[in-house]
Amino acid sequence: MGIQPGRLHFSWISSAESTKFVDVVNEVTASVKALGPNKNFLKTEAKVA
Amino acid sequence: MLVYIDKIKEISRRLLQEGKIDMVMGFRKGTVPMMNEPCFVKTPEDVDSLVWDSNCGINLANYLTNRQEKIGIVAKGCDSRNIVTHIIENKIKRDQLVIIGVPCKGMIDRRKIQALFETEIENVIEADGNITIKGRGLEKTLNKKEVLQDNCTLCIHRNPVIYDELAGDLVEEQKHVDRYEDIRKIESLSPEEKWRYFDDLLSSCIRCYACRNACPLCYCPTCFVDESRPQWVGKSIDPIDTRTFHFLRAYHCAGRCTDCGSCERACPMGINVRMFTKKLEKDCLELFDWEAGMTLEQRPPLDTYRPDDPDDFIT
Repeated sequence: MGIQPGRLHFSWISSAESTKFVDVVNEVTASVKALGPNKNFLKTEAKVA
Repeated sequence: MLVYIDKIKEISRRLLQEGKIDMVMGFRKGTVPMMNEPCFVKTPEDVDSLVWDSNCGINLANYLTNRQEKIGIVAKGCDSRNIVTHIIENKIKRDQLVIIGVPCKGMIDRRKIQALFETEIENVIEADGNITIKGRGLEKTLNKKEVLQDNCTLCIHRNPVIYDELAGDLVEEQKHVDRYEDIRKIESLSPEEKWRYFDDLLSSCIRCYACRNACPLCYCPTCFVDESRPQWVGKSIDPIDTRTFHFLRAYHCAGRCTDCGSCERACPMGINVRMFTKKLEKDCLELFDWEAGMTLEQRPPLDTYRPDDPDDFIT
């Protein structure tokens, strides 16, 4: 639908896998940071005259 | 197609007289050409108001939701698949229904016909696979095959999948139809191109919700777009709100949509609404080998777990 690959992640992490959780979060933030600010799916504020 | 109507009337009259059903859901002539409207016939005397021709594209399963009566329902291939979906989803019981199956050869697209003429069409007569259009200073005969609804051209389930009575002989199914050519084209676009494609597609949407209201799957007591506490999505025609509405609605139809074309038919702006649902239909077929509404015996893929469900997108 036009969402950049790299902004959407799926992962299965058990409550016992804290280290995997940290790894995945780091990975996700790194990949999103690399893409820069999101330009799609942003709503502009309604302009009041 | 036209010969079915006598049989539909005969079956309806018999069922009503025997008291087996409380009403028949069918079609009657609309007030303008090419717009037959759904009607509920409750007495044998009113059976004669029923009609059947190539303008019965509305999906009657839409009217079954949570009904308590015993109902005779006239069902084309797609209607019958949506009836199956309704039964699976506990929106109607099988034993409440007497399904009058109608083998279908496609419904005509009034927009395609109107686009061919500048004057107003006053009368449309159907005979032997041809459609004769009449208006002021206008008379022209078209081949019905050329003015079918898009989803009917691609239809591979013309015969009803469940029925108790049949209004005519089963028709030959269309074979070797490439159902997903347009979807493959969109899939091959880059994310930016896809974004623009959907921007264009939805640019004329006025958020009237005709697509949702015509859809037999959209029976939620409160649709997420109507909810105001919390308000999930803005109610204006802001492009992002419009996009959110269409994508979410499509996802709600995943594994349930039968491509009956009601949404597209209902859209007053002529938006190709099926482009959303069809991608999910394609995915369901390719990933889960699933076509919606084909059987009462099997649960749909979204409410069953199978160890071999595709999961390579999860890391």
